[in-house]
Amino acid sequence: MANDKQFLLDIQELKLHFRTTKGVVQAVDGVNFQLKPNQAVVVVGESGCGKTSLAKAILRLLPRNVQHYGGKVYLNDLETMGLTDEEYRKQVRWIKMSLVPQAAMNSLNPVLRVGDQVAEPMMIHYGVKKDEAMQQAIKMFQHVGVPVDFINRYAFELSGGMRQRVAIAMSLVTAPALVMLDEPTSALDVLTQANIFNLLKRIKSEMATSFVLITHDIATSSELADRVAVMYAGQIVEVADAFTFFKQPRHPYSAKLMASVPKLRGNDEPDFITGQPPSLINPPTGCRFAARCPKRFGKCSEEPPTVTIGEDKVKCWLHV
Amino acid sequence: MTNKDKTKAMKTSSPAQSEQKSSVFSDILLSIKDLHVWFELRKWGFRHAGYVRAVDGITFDLSNSETIAIVGESGCGKTSLMRTVLLLNRPTKGTVAFDGRVINDLKAEDLKNYRSHVGYVQQDPYGAMPPFMSIQAILEEPLKINGVKDPVERFNRVKKALEEVKMSPAEEFMAKFPHMLSGGQQQRVVIARAMIMEPRLLIADEPVSMLDASVRVEILKLLRGLQKKHNLGVIYITHDLSTVRYFSEQIFVMYAGQVIEKGNVKQVLQATSHPYTFALLEATSDPDARNATVQKEVPPGEPPSLVNPPKGCRFHPRCPKMIDGVCNVEMPPDFEPEPGHFVKCWLLK
Repeated sequence: MANDKQFLLDIQELKLHFRTTKGVVQAVDGVNFQLKPNQAVVVVGESGCGKTSLAKAILRLLPRNVQHYGGKVYLNDLETMGLTDEEYRKQVRWIKMSLVPQAAMNSLNPVLRVGDQVAEPMMIHYGVKKDEAMQQAIKMFQHVGVPVDFINRYAFELSGGMRQRVAIAMSLVTAPALVMLDEPTSALDVLTQANIFNLLKRIKSEMATSFVLITHDIATSSELADRVAVMYAGQIVEVADAFTFFKQPRHPYSAKLMASVPKLRGNDEPDFITGQPPSLINPPTGCRFAARCPKRFGKCSEEPPTVTIGEDKVKCWLHV
Repeated sequence: MTNKDKTKAMKTSSPAQSEQKSSVFSDILLSIKDLHVWFELRKWGFRHAGYVRAVDGITFDLSNSETIAIVGESGCGKTSLMRTVLLLNRPTKGTVAFDGRVINDLKAEDLKNYRSHVGYVQQDPYGAMPPFMSIQAILEEPLKINGVKDPVERFNRVKKALEEVKMSPAEEFMAKFPHMLSGGQQQRVVIARAMIMEPRLLIADEPVSMLDASVRVEILKLLRGLQKKHNLGVIYITHDLSTVRYFSEQIFVMYAGQVIEKGNVKQVLQATSHPYTFALLEATSDPDARNATVQKEVPPGEPPSLVNPPKGCRFHPRCPKMIDGVCNVEMPPDFEPEPGHFVKCWLLK
């Protein structure tokens, strides 16, 4: 399987399993999806479905208790799985791909000035001098809407929204083609949230950056999404174009997720999904959502195939 | 002493309800009048250096079986208001009356007695529970403090409370520790703890903001069910306008220590009148792919400092409809465009 050149990111059968005292947790279990340049894909799912592990697996930020890590990750035509850790660090991280971690506002270093932190990736990855890196950092600050004189402040002197902007500036300073955002706005107020999404939309159109946005909040995810990937129990169950997805999700789980969103406009009463997602230590055979699915039938005890409908994919027997 | 006796014992002074303006609800549970909560700032630990005006003149009544949603950004004074109702800090000016009795200065036994009538659901369920206590011990604690001595009665009440929040089999959960439960289950235990003394008022401080989107509605429906069943007055504090319309009767929008718009759900969401409420509504997304193609209008800047709030309307520095010479000079009073809908904005003059 060679990578089709039209994709910026192409993930094939990505797996990440962890070793724990209770057994092997199959956090990411055979994930496939593709992303075109200057597209944003949103990965949505409940907590514990493996969203954050997926981000870690793509960026190869692995903890020590990894049992199995496999599959293929193509970035343009570079197959990153074949690289050694050092090659990966030098060729991929920050250069091609960067991450805004979960609770980014609290992940800034408390004892470094924010300007130095934004400049650091430039110095490390491109070997530029400090003055030059600081110039670049100032440019980035202007770009994300942080006043330039904040460059000498510490993280605790900034508000939550400003800290989030600094974290975004840091991920963009080396101008990578792909930025991964892990729950970028979950701890922020609505107005700040709207501001951050305005900023991300602007960056997407001005810098032609691609995004992988990981979130459980479907309503705000629609602010950035070109495509939506729904994750359940370590697997992607549906990938669809945003316009199709938000109008008519195909997988029963996606439909349930959409119905659980309280809407400000419109009249449908929100509903909730009964039951709990399965344990990832011994996931059920067949369709993993079958136990909670309102539309289950006999076939669901067998592993469902991934059905391709145009550019979209859905892993469900109903669409075979 | 049972709960009802305690309630009777509390009604010592004459009800202060008579002087309140007529309300559609006759049974007022909580009445707050011109409440100010200011925190003193000190320089070098002793020199007075001003006040943080966390709550600055709030008046409202809450009836039995009514939910008031208080909506606002962080730092607008929602939490200070709630802490004052719980008497975790005292009002600087104004009164808080529960069941017709002013409770500003309750002490010792009376305070304990009052708090047994008020349930509190915290924002972060895991942080709200001691990690080394079992669920049973956590739920028994309020009963012990309030003098339920019989262990069998305590066990039965804990079991009943857990069943009421749909945690069954209750016995199985009682032996567990908080870290063994999922986020939604932890929040149910916190709700069970708030409900175990059979309170009459429930304060829910962002009860679902830390939870996964798929269980939020479930928890809110549970709270709504408990409210209907027990005739509770509920104060629901949130920053998420999209959940408010399904789970409350009244909406209060707070900005910089003041309620700038209040009314029933329909009035605030459909006949929105304050520019700040507009901004909040505009910023709240519904799942729709078209969102990705447009930039949202967000007022510039950040909420003002509560030490030196701006002169005139507190929103005027960020307001797109600011009238120079009016909004930045005098504080707008409460205008009433329709009965029961109050808006603090000069545009409605």
